Amino acid sequence: MRVAVVAVPPLLAVLALAAFAPIRAASRDEPFEIPKGTWARRMAGNKVEILPQTIRLTLGVHDVLLLRNLDDVPQVFGPTVIMPGQSFRLPFEVASTYGFACTAHASGQMNVVVDPNPEPGWERLRWRAAHWAEESWWTKEAQ
Amino acid sequence: MLAATAAGAAEAPALKAGVFTPPHPAPEFSLAGSDGAPLTLARFHGKVVALAFGYSHCADVCPVTLATLAQARRQLGARAAGFQVVYITVDPERDGAAQLKAWLTAFDPSFVGGTGGAQALAAVDKLYGISVRKMASANGPLFGHSSSVYLIDGEGRLRAMMPYGHVAEDYAHDVRLLMQQ
Repeated sequence: MRVAVVAVPPLLAVLALAAFAPIRAASRDEPFEIPKGTWARRMAGNKVEILPQTIRLTLGVHDVLLLRNLDDVPQVFGPTVIMPGQSFRLPFEVASTYGFACTAHASGQMNVVVDPNPEPGWERLRWRAAHWAEESWWTKEAQ
Repeated sequence: MLAATAAGAAEAPALKAGVFTPPHPAPEFSLAGSDGAPLTLARFHGKVVALAFGYSHCADVCPVTLATLAQARRQLGARAAGFQVVYITVDPERDGAAQLKAWLTAFDPSFVGGTGGAQALAAVDKLYGISVRKMASANGPLFGHSSSVYLIDGEGRLRAMMPYGHVAEDYAHDVRLLMQQ
């Protein structure tokens, strides 16, 4: 009984912190890379999928799509052509679902779903429970 | 305080559009211009170019994009002369130079359209990764097409790509920044 009485206040404090403290991601970038040799592998008949059909981002946390072409040839990558060695950094400022025509996908379409920043309270607590490893509190970047 | 100011000054202001790093020269093309002159990017050297793809029978995406670009141009005020909208058709059968001119003038008389043969247009689409899908309808063909707009700086470098849905203020913001760089 005494253990419960002693343990409850710190637990409540942790939950309150998790529910109301601002979310700080180590980086707002959501990176995807075309590795060197991708074109050659495709030409050899291998199916190489790099971008998922749907990419999910969160405003204020991970809201920048970062595409890098590390291959030796230009690549249609998501919504654009990216030259060898080039990167494309696309920020999002409005929560919505964005559809991009993309010839790299069989459906011809790629979607980016941008969720709103989790509201303080239950929503933020739930987000933290699902994404705890992404926050900068636990990484070197935060130091 | 001084350190923060110095760091801020060193960091280039962010564009609203997606940014290519490092920038490469925008692929050149030569098409028939809606103004009667050959349409090349070289014509607009020194200006910031917004490069869009679409067709004059487009009922939803293109009117919004072109109206937004026209509004952005008005917001630029005296600097509008340094901003050029180039609109390349994905519908060569119906979009001749005269049709494009009439369509674009409704938004802004300064806009220039590009047209040509199917092969020539397909080659330009490929250079810019433009996706075009033709679909039949009772009122003539419809085209599903990429709706983003490329931004090219005065040096002819492909700097950024603005996805569909951005407002005129975002375009004006980015064009001003590209004019300064």
